[in-house]
Amino acid sequence: MVTLTVNGEKKQVDVSPETPLLWVLRDNLGFTSVKYTCGIAECGMCTVLINGEAQRSCVVSVKDAEGSDITTIEGLPDDHPVKVAWIEKQVPQCGYCQPGIMLQTVDFLSRVPNPSEAQIAEAMDNVICRCGSHPRMKKAIRLAAEMTAKQGG
Amino acid sequence: MKSEMTRRTFLQQSSLVIAAATFSNSISLFNASLARGASSLPFKPHAFLEISTDDTVTVWVGQTNLGQGTHTGIPMIIADELDADWETVQVKMALAAEPFKSPVWHAQATGGSSSIRHRWDLLRKVGAAARQMLVEAAAGKWGIDGKKCVAREGKVLHPDGRSLTYGQLAQAAAKRPVPENPTLKAPKEYRIIGTPRKRLDIPEKVMGKTVFGMDFNVPGMCIAVVARPPRYGASLQSYDEKAALAVKGVVNVVPLEGRVAVCAETTYAAIKGREALDVRWSGASHPDLDDDAIDAVFKAHLEKSGAVAEKRGDTAKALANADKTLAQSYKLPYISHAQVEPINCTAHVEKTRCRIWMPTQGQTATQSTTAKLTGLPVEKVEVMTLPAGGGFGLRGEQDAVVDSVLLSKSLNRPVKVIWTREDDFANDRFRPASQCNIKAGLDKDGKVIAWSHKVAAPSVMSRLMPQAVQNGIDPDAVHGLGDMPYAFTNLNVNYAMVDLPITVGWWRSVGYSVNAFAVESFMDELAHAAGKDPVAFRLAHMEKGSRAHGVLSLAAEKGGWNLPVPEGRARGVAVTACFESFAAHMAEVSVGEKGSIRVHRIVCAIDCGTAVYPDAIRAQAESGVIMGLSTAFYEKIRFSDGGVKTANYDEYRVLTISEVPEIEVYIAENDLKAGGVGEPVFPSVAPAVANAIFKATGVRLRELPFRRELLVKSG
Repeated sequence: MVTLTVNGEKKQVDVSPETPLLWVLRDNLGFTSVKYTCGIAECGMCTVLINGEAQRSCVVSVKDAEGSDITTIEGLPDDHPVKVAWIEKQVPQCGYCQPGIMLQTVDFLSRVPNPSEAQIAEAMDNVICRCGSHPRMKKAIRLAAEMTAKQGG
Repeated sequence: MKSEMTRRTFLQQSSLVIAAATFSNSISLFNASLARGASSLPFKPHAFLEISTDDTVTVWVGQTNLGQGTHTGIPMIIADELDADWETVQVKMALAAEPFKSPVWHAQATGGSSSIRHRWDLLRKVGAAARQMLVEAAAGKWGIDGKKCVAREGKVLHPDGRSLTYGQLAQAAAKRPVPENPTLKAPKEYRIIGTPRKRLDIPEKVMGKTVFGMDFNVPGMCIAVVARPPRYGASLQSYDEKAALAVKGVVNVVPLEGRVAVCAETTYAAIKGREALDVRWSGASHPDLDDDAIDAVFKAHLEKSGAVAEKRGDTAKALANADKTLAQSYKLPYISHAQVEPINCTAHVEKTRCRIWMPTQGQTATQSTTAKLTGLPVEKVEVMTLPAGGGFGLRGEQDAVVDSVLLSKSLNRPVKVIWTREDDFANDRFRPASQCNIKAGLDKDGKVIAWSHKVAAPSVMSRLMPQAVQNGIDPDAVHGLGDMPYAFTNLNVNYAMVDLPITVGWWRSVGYSVNAFAVESFMDELAHAAGKDPVAFRLAHMEKGSRAHGVLSLAAEKGGWNLPVPEGRARGVAVTACFESFAAHMAEVSVGEKGSIRVHRIVCAIDCGTAVYPDAIRAQAESGVIMGLSTAFYEKIRFSDGGVKTANYDEYRVLTISEVPEIEVYIAENDLKAGGVGEPVFPSVAPAVANAIFKATGVRLRELPFRRELLVKSG
């Protein structure tokens, strides 16, 4: 038995400890917003926050995630600045990659609250969006940063 | 129109009560209203449209949601003609059914940028017919002439100021006959078409609530992965069933023809089970097949006589008389769809019906595949289309349908077949590689008087639509050649069908995406050879006042083609006409000493007739630019030892955010029939960039992806 804390709730699952967190979240716990795409930490679609840090759940074993706070997109409030900005700027096309990208954005903005264009490009260059939502992603990240600054101040 | 209306009436009585499916996640995705009591029966004048007594307007869509915006664009058209209150409009995905078939293709499928252009008249008539019925219903209640009533934003207004909502009128309207020829709005009366709207599917996507095919779950379901031949023509020799069954969670190992499925309670168990299976395969049918061997096959085909796809005037004679001739070759690789959600399909075969849940782009194909495998009549195959994580043409394929149906039949339970990313690259139906030789002649005024085009490419249609291949010509393989936007008097197009075991399929913009690179690069070479400006040269070969002429002029004007170029940069253009639309791109690039290419800015102009949903058109244009740059710089599938070598995204780079340029989109304003969008915005991207690179460096890149080493300055 492994105990995970997902979005503030404790969950027990009967899986072998080396199982990737991705599959436990999706298949055992039903958090299907955490997407499978490459399985080798190349694309960023399975990203979750582990103690606030964006990590690719396809290469994190469930054992290593035990005892940490895991956050999926469902764990962010509906009025979270990143969610609001993503809707305002109409970012998603197919939308499959977006939860992972949004969670990576949350981590990024927590470290770099007022990023430049270049910082955004550098921080988000390791994710894949095949539809090409990047121009809107850039705008939404800026908007989320501005909204967070306002809320904070 | 008459048969359409007859069908509608039939639909009102029958297929609107298609059996509702129960979903574990309680989302209602079915095309039925069974839950409603008899006293509040909705008004449903057509399978597309339902108005409830609570004023909710539901638009049922049969087109796949790939994020292209049609799940908002289609409701916008109906709601506009209906004069609905947009705030009351919702969209739902319908089960596959007859009325959702394309009136042009007579099949339900999402591709060829057809979702709206094939249904432009139909969608407007659905909305207009319902509006007329609501107005008549109100007039009947009030006992006045319908001509005195006006429909506006979900209400019918009485001349004295009274009003009734559509919900209040729904039941009376439902009793009226569906009009054969409702009056359509004049374009100037549109209130929703052409206006800024938020996409209806975005909130759920942002909240992580959208259930894609990979996410679908039905009670009793198991998950299967299938071991498929790793090389072309390899056959199954042996496998270790016991080892796979020993993996916790694995429930069945099922041999299928030439492949083996491992079924498990979880996805991870299925994947681990397949690893344990230790399948042994025979050698490949073409053991020497690799990148070099493939290249040689294409080159050999260019030497063959081929088949005549287009013959206009006397090209040979005109070439002989030309003041100057130019000849060049171009080359494009096999590329992958690389859509982010891997292929998947969930099937449940029961005695009297089969249910399919799938992010499919081919509903009719899925129904007929399943009917053949199960022996059930087509109407007993209930296909629910789930939202797709990208598609770009691949999702019309039936491999996962076949496997999930066979497995469900064999195991007597619902089965979800998924492909891993490695399965996806290995079993993709690639965009065909292509090589061509072009020769053209200029007269002494620098006008093209002859164009001879020989293309060697595999055929998509030979597999998917063999009846369309006549006299050795695959029409798709020569798209953009016989119908290029230039009025050449003497034109020869010759096609040599390349026969290799590599399977090819539809890929965004299909033939146009391949051939436009060659045509628009060579037009640029000709312009420079003639000493002409590339825009002026192209315009001189187009009919003045034509839409292609207009769209290229728009790109040049908005892009500032005739204005000074920023220091260190150069510009290039390209234009295409396809899917009843016209698009042009202008690229602004700089090239570093070591061959590094930076695209600073891309201007896209599109003429797609009536711009139904401008923000979605912009999003699609941004998408086309980014995917176009991705194919220009990186994308290429590699082959070795008789099979596909590329296995995952670490070996198949796609463009990422740091290389995305400023993108400007300009939409031509007119009120013509709505044309395609998703595909026309793609083909002219790569050649525009290649043309800009030539302008910057004097080096002509005639191969995709670009060989940057050619740009490195020696010494």
